Amino acid sequence: MTGNEAIAEGAIQAGCTFYAGYPITPQNELTAYMANHMQKSGGVFIQAEAELAAINMVFGAAAAGARAMTSSSSPGISLKQEGISYIAGAELPAVIANVMRGGPGLGNIAPAQSDYFQATRSGGHGDYHCLVLAPASVQESYDLTCLAFTLADKYRSPAIILSDGLLGQMMEPLLVRKEGKIELPAKPWALTGCTGRQANVVKSFYLKEGDLEKLNLKLQKKYKEIQQKEQRWEEFFLTDAKVALVAYGTMARIARSAVKVLREKGKKVGLLRPLTLWPFPKKAFTMPKKKYLVIEMSYGQMLEDVQLALCGKAGVEFLGRSGGGIPSEQEIIVKVNKIYHGKNI
Amino acid sequence: MEKIYSHPRSLRDLSTHYCPGCGHGLAHRLIAEVVDELGIRERVIAIAPVGCAVIAYDYWDFDCSEAAHGRALAVATGIKRVRPQNIVFTYQGDGDLAAIGTTETIHAANRGENVTVFFINNAVYGMTGGQMAPTTLLNQKTSTTPEGRNAQFQGYPLKISEMLALLPGVKYVERVALDSPQDIIKAKKAIKKALVNQMEGVGFSLVEMLSPCPTYWGLSPKASLDWIKNTMVKEFPLGVIK
Amino acid sequence: MTERIIIAGSGGQGIMLLGKIIAEAALLQGKFVTWLPAYGPEVRGGAAHCMIIIADDEIGSPFIDKADSLIIMNQLSLVKFKSRLKNNGLMIINSSLAKLDNKLKFKAAEGRCTDIAEGLGNIKAANVVALGMYLASKKIISVENTLGVIKKMAPQDKPELLKVNLEALEKGRELVKNG
Repeated sequence: MTGNEAIAEGAIQAGCTFYAGYPITPQNELTAYMANHMQKSGGVFIQAEAELAAINMVFGAAAAGARAMTSSSSPGISLKQEGISYIAGAELPAVIANVMRGGPGLGNIAPAQSDYFQATRSGGHGDYHCLVLAPASVQESYDLTCLAFTLADKYRSPAIILSDGLLGQMMEPLLVRKEGKIELPAKPWALTGCTGRQANVVKSFYLKEGDLEKLNLKLQKKYKEIQQKEQRWEEFFLTDAKVALVAYGTMARIARSAVKVLREKGKKVGLLRPLTLWPFPKKAFTMPKKKYLVIEMSYGQMLEDVQLALCGKAGVEFLGRSGGGIPSEQEIIVKVNKIYHGKNI
Repeated sequence: MEKIYSHPRSLRDLSTHYCPGCGHGLAHRLIAEVVDELGIRERVIAIAPVGCAVIAYDYWDFDCSEAAHGRALAVATGIKRVRPQNIVFTYQGDGDLAAIGTTETIHAANRGENVTVFFINNAVYGMTGGQMAPTTLLNQKTSTTPEGRNAQFQGYPLKISEMLALLPGVKYVERVALDSPQDIIKAKKAIKKALVNQMEGVGFSLVEMLSPCPTYWGLSPKASLDWIKNTMVKEFPLGVIK
Repeated sequence: MTERIIIAGSGGQGIMLLGKIIAEAALLQGKFVTWLPAYGPEVRGGAAHCMIIIADDEIGSPFIDKADSLIIMNQLSLVKFKSRLKNNGLMIINSSLAKLDNKLKFKAAEGRCTDIAEGLGNIKAANVVALGMYLASKKIISVENTLGVIKKMAPQDKPELLKVNLEALEKGRELVKNG
């Protein structure tokens, strides 16, 4: 199964009953999988007329209480930002998958990680955040999509799966965990018709003085809780490492290969792989004696979060390419060797 | 003694923020009355637009959602598809439905979504200060057409209802006006038909209401009603379009 | 053990499918496997390639810089990918549509896959001839598992198609065995 299909299957297993999407490479397998499987499992699939329509259909379905999802790739995700801001403002749970490609503009269709800022810094207008999960394998594309729905419901917040063209297109074996019928949390705020209760309103519009500030303070409290509870990361040979690589998604797979090679040569090198990009796993950066090397398929985006997490307590180096190029295992090894021997610090 | 008139259950007992002589309050009330008459208050989910009626949900007493500017029919699609048992309608102005939301409008109509659209056409953008709308008449002065709308530069009034009527997914389109007691009675009938259509699964139904905006037409409330009757209906003729 | 394979040719030659057969067969042997297609804007007739990694351990990057094996189905792919083969790597080449020069730094198995497949009655089976050559050259995946995958993938309603493909596989293997 491809990474794209694994996201779709994960969503269906998580009880997603509404999907709307618009064609864009390299995520088309995800939409096609939904078209083939959503109706069979009793859900709704719509090929929307535009990205804007797709995200706003998700807004509607989520407002009506359904687990809802859309997916796209970088330029399409830019179009969806309006809707994502409204979803965050109206405190609706929804999942958005971004199978990243090269930018800016129309860019190209090669894999990239250049939408890190957009995903982690509230890509639309207003003071909000999305939960951002970064899978690094086909299995994780599935697992983290399931988790994204759980977290989205728990915090009534949009959650983004940040994948890339390479991960989306590649095929690996997948273990599907059938867990039977998913118990969805109660959603007393949802629009279901006001039978036996007062009317519900789903909105993000607060015109009266002080009301919007109240909403924003509520959101900030929620974000603080998320930052405390939901940081996730994976460590690989990190404890005794003198040089710690920091990479996520596809880039982390390549970094992991480099770590293996370097370890075989006796070099104390490890990998810290964020699974959540927002909240960024600041808690993992507790070992200031190391030197850190941030590796991205972009030009220094996650780098800023690593620098913020370390607050100048450790040296941070960077290796990144984007626009079609991917830092190779060999490039990483060369860079690590330089840092290891103190040449670049 | 028989009680023949009362405040609709579906309309909260509040005074609205609308200008004197505005048609929105009337349109809200007609919809609320029909919802009550059909006994569907507890099934309704309405979508309020961005525009003067943005806080329509403060006045109606049933479930409501907001929608981003122009996206009401995308939101309605999402809601109706996951809750087909509910009665879903959008309430949209001319800018929302026929300019920024044209894509969503045409494609929801073309998919034949079983929803109802109440389209308030007052030929201007009200909330933002009386700018030209897609439905602004030729020679009509607005804050962005100070010399009057000129076809050479601003094109023509957009007859979106006639356009939508061409689509096979669209089952019912009628244009009414909120200018006289007779026309208001007709408007209410059209609102009812459009909602009954949805209840019976007929499909996409739209009622366009020509509605007065005295403030941005620069006319008194009474003169505004006359302007609908004498001028606006020439461009936007009343009646069943489909 | 890590085996990195690049398969390249033109769209319509069954490049992606060949990669999937190898990947599925390796999975049956309990290996870790990745399959990565190259995706471009063209749908038919353009260049096509895919990358397969088979390993005993978890696989890092699915992208292949230097391949252990290359399966080349046409001349354009040969030009494009020959520098990506490791020294002493294995080159399987469809000599019906591609011609090797003389200075070889690698092991090569040449076979007129397209002609052979045409002789068997279905030109589209050229990829499976190449597969047979690969199986006989590198004993990483077994013939039994490969046959199992082909039988599973073949459409039920076209038994003649399966027959041609099984013959093609055998012809490919013989080419290498009889060297």
